[in-house]
Amino acid sequence: MTAMNNCLVRLYDEHHALEDYQGGVPRWCNGCGDNAILASVQRLCRDEGLAPERTVFVSGIGCSSRFPHYMKTYGFHGIHGRALPIAQGIKMSRPELHVFVNTGDGDCCSIGAAHWIHAIRYNMNMTLLLHDNHIYGLTKKQVSPTSPVGTRSNTTPRGAFLAALNPLTVTLGVQNASFVAQAVDWIPEVLYQIVSAAFHHRGFSFVRVLQRCPEFLPQMFEPWLHDPQRTLLLTHEDGIRPSPAIAGIYRNQQRHDPADIDRAREIASSEDPIPVGILYRNPAIPCYEDLRQAGQLRTPEMIRAGLEAELDKFTVWPAGAEPAVAG
Amino acid sequence: MNATLEAPTAPVSAPVAQVLQEHIVEIVSDAGEGAQRCGQSLGAIAAKMGNGVWNVEIIPAEIQPPARSVAGASGNRIRIGAGPISNGGDETDLVVAFNEQVLLGRVREGELKPGCTIVLESMWREHRDAAIAAQYAATVGQLRADGYQVHEIPMERECQKIVADPRRGKNMWALGMLCRIYSLDLALGREQVAYALRKKDATVVATNQALLEAGWAWAEAHLALRYRIPAQRATEPQVVVTGNTALALGILASGMEVCAMYPITPATSVSHYLSDVFEKVGGIVHQAEDEIAACTFAIGASYSGKCAVTVTSGPGYSLKQEALGLAVMAEIPLVVINVQRGGPSTGQPTKAEQGDLLTACFGSHGDAPKVVMAVSSIEDCFYAVITARKIAETFNMVVIVLSDASLATAQQPIPRPQFSAEWLAPPIDQSPVPEGARAYDWDPVTGLSPRFVPGQPGGMHTLTGLAHDRASKVAYDPANNEAGLHMRSLKLAALQRALQPPAVFGDPDGDLLVVGWGSTQGAIREAVEELRAEGERVSALHLTFLQPMASGIGEILRRFRRVMTVEANWSDRTDDALINADNRRYSALAWMLRARYLVDIDCWSEVRGRPIKPGSVKAAIRERLTGRAGAAA
Repeated sequence: MTAMNNCLVRLYDEHHALEDYQGGVPRWCNGCGDNAILASVQRLCRDEGLAPERTVFVSGIGCSSRFPHYMKTYGFHGIHGRALPIAQGIKMSRPELHVFVNTGDGDCCSIGAAHWIHAIRYNMNMTLLLHDNHIYGLTKKQVSPTSPVGTRSNTTPRGAFLAALNPLTVTLGVQNASFVAQAVDWIPEVLYQIVSAAFHHRGFSFVRVLQRCPEFLPQMFEPWLHDPQRTLLLTHEDGIRPSPAIAGIYRNQQRHDPADIDRAREIASSEDPIPVGILYRNPAIPCYEDLRQAGQLRTPEMIRAGLEAELDKFTVWPAGAEPAVAG
Repeated sequence: MNATLEAPTAPVSAPVAQVLQEHIVEIVSDAGEGAQRCGQSLGAIAAKMGNGVWNVEIIPAEIQPPARSVAGASGNRIRIGAGPISNGGDETDLVVAFNEQVLLGRVREGELKPGCTIVLESMWREHRDAAIAAQYAATVGQLRADGYQVHEIPMERECQKIVADPRRGKNMWALGMLCRIYSLDLALGREQVAYALRKKDATVVATNQALLEAGWAWAEAHLALRYRIPAQRATEPQVVVTGNTALALGILASGMEVCAMYPITPATSVSHYLSDVFEKVGGIVHQAEDEIAACTFAIGASYSGKCAVTVTSGPGYSLKQEALGLAVMAEIPLVVINVQRGGPSTGQPTKAEQGDLLTACFGSHGDAPKVVMAVSSIEDCFYAVITARKIAETFNMVVIVLSDASLATAQQPIPRPQFSAEWLAPPIDQSPVPEGARAYDWDPVTGLSPRFVPGQPGGMHTLTGLAHDRASKVAYDPANNEAGLHMRSLKLAALQRALQPPAVFGDPDGDLLVVGWGSTQGAIREAVEELRAEGERVSALHLTFLQPMASGIGEILRRFRRVMTVEANWSDRTDDALINADNRRYSALAWMLRARYLVDIDCWSEVRGRPIKPGSVKAAIRERLTGRAGAAA
């Protein structure tokens, strides 16, 4: 095939099937909520026709962070807590890439907490999926910052001492928060809508997905699964528009305008019922990569000219060799 | 008035300038009085005259230490020579001090030559606080009794004739006085003042130039000190820069686009300068939320495009260790600049030490082979970064560039670099990856593998810090784990085969070889040169590559009867009661050379937080030569 043919094929052949994004059989446990997140994201990639070679999934360490291995895109399975700065480096260097971050409640809210806070401020255009199952899974059942008080784990055999950290209120409290949403793994239709809205938001999209861990906290979300009234579905023409089937099950609904940050903070504080939907969105907040004019074309000539101009500032010329125009 | 000042011929009654081969002059004040700027300007003027120059900052550890405190001396030390100067030299010949307490600090630290010339602000003698006046009088009396030549100068009073607040401007008056003392060109002085204050408005520049001229005129009329250090203007253009500025220029010239950093002394000034100029050529300095984020941000940038750089110092370098291991494991190119300071822990942030060599070579858990280079001159600071970028991208490796606090602020004229397009990396490869190609298709001989960059169709893979196979799939099986360690290690050997053996300074054999690395090169060579002139069979060897080490070093070591290293880090003293050959802890390079070459290498080191002086090196070498010191019995 000639190069020209290649170009033509590439121009018109941007259609991808689900299999084009499926990178292997996930090794998560049966019933793990991570599977639902993976399905939603692969569907998003297909529906948006994302070029696999221009899409990067970045993760830290933990069950959630195995995610990139199951995508057939570029992936970066990094180190514990540091997915965000790695993703930021990628985005700053290559702003045209689609960047996703998969992280867990330990990875994001504990060891990586500093990066999480600053990622909100940077507001770089990427989507973060916080796989929040309230427990450390990969290291086998230790308490996490989002474990409810009293949670019994291997490091808190008599129950967790501290009240859980609420990632939604924290995120909404940080300057430059621009997209905050919450989904649950057991309502895939709404999960997909939220992931899609997050992808389309230009800025740092923070999506917390409450996610079941059948291995270590099998009962955690049982009450919410059995009683749809304990889910508060946030609806809006600029937010989630549930299908009649979902709307028929989850009747505890509230119309919430994602532009209203005060109301978003109130909703975020609610732990029961669990709010599901888009809490806040502000497309007007500038992205750090735009402020820094990332992705500029640089030529060797630019670099040479820039270097010569700088060297001029420090140069001692031999007698009679000074350039015509002195600084 | 200007016309008379510019006239090169002095009045008949003026003293005849004493011609010197070199002089060390320093200017010290309380922090914030501008002694730094005065000293740097003096160095720049002398460099423009064609003198060899080496500037070193005198920095108190605190930003605003109490005024008139012995520990608060802030300023600059300038060694001016008739020929090239490669280091800060030994003790000071002439010191200008704005108060006697900071001067006392310098005396107590042993920085001044016995009986040297002191030019001291005299306002304290008449101070309204009787305690201060008494303190001043007592100190001056003692200094004179100790043989120092003290000249009391009414700097404050003279400056008040021009400015209301002499704290702002006294430095330029002193600069004028020093220009007169050292027979420097006043017109160059005026130019330098304009350059140093280029960000201020024209009236500020004019006022400071007036102060400069007043200082000159006062010295002309009242001071009998006149020196002249012959200067020869270079025939090629020179740039006068500090080590940290040279590092920043090297980053710019290397074509790297992202520098991620977190503020830390003494590395930060690299980023200060780079922040000012990098964006003009499409580069970005990212101040991250912490050192770990700075390192991982750079790793992310490197992974997706061109090699990036992170700049730090000791504590920050420690924090980056896990991230460096990731870059090693995943074979992501990365340049890390560590401007070393005193350690461990917070240590001495503003002071020089070479304490991080072993951490640089062996840091991060597991076997994490990295390339380690050290810069030994201002010129090196520029070119090492370009070389480091090239090695990082050729071998997909982490390259550590070690500088230290003594080079960071040292200033020296170097030949102006001639830009070459070869310094830059080619554009990022976005071509499709051939079917079947694997991300870690290691060459069994060199360990090298391709690097697939996002955007390359067909190259999709998930890079991981976990043990992985050639396709980047997580692999815990014994064969794959061993293959990964094997291949990553081989890359160091592949690079090592390309390195030239270092050149011996002096004869290729003899009684003693002095081996060094980093900023000590100038002092070691000067000491060795003097000893050789005195007939000693001493040579020196300076290493740029510490990991891997070039071929041929073992042969060089074996050609000398004895070998020692000279380093600015800790080594146990052989005269300590408990120290013997079984427990002596050697300096870092001595450890490494002993381990690799099985040669009984001795070391001499100093951790006084200041650049090692050629005189101290000379004394240490003499001790070894006469057998009065050496390896522990």
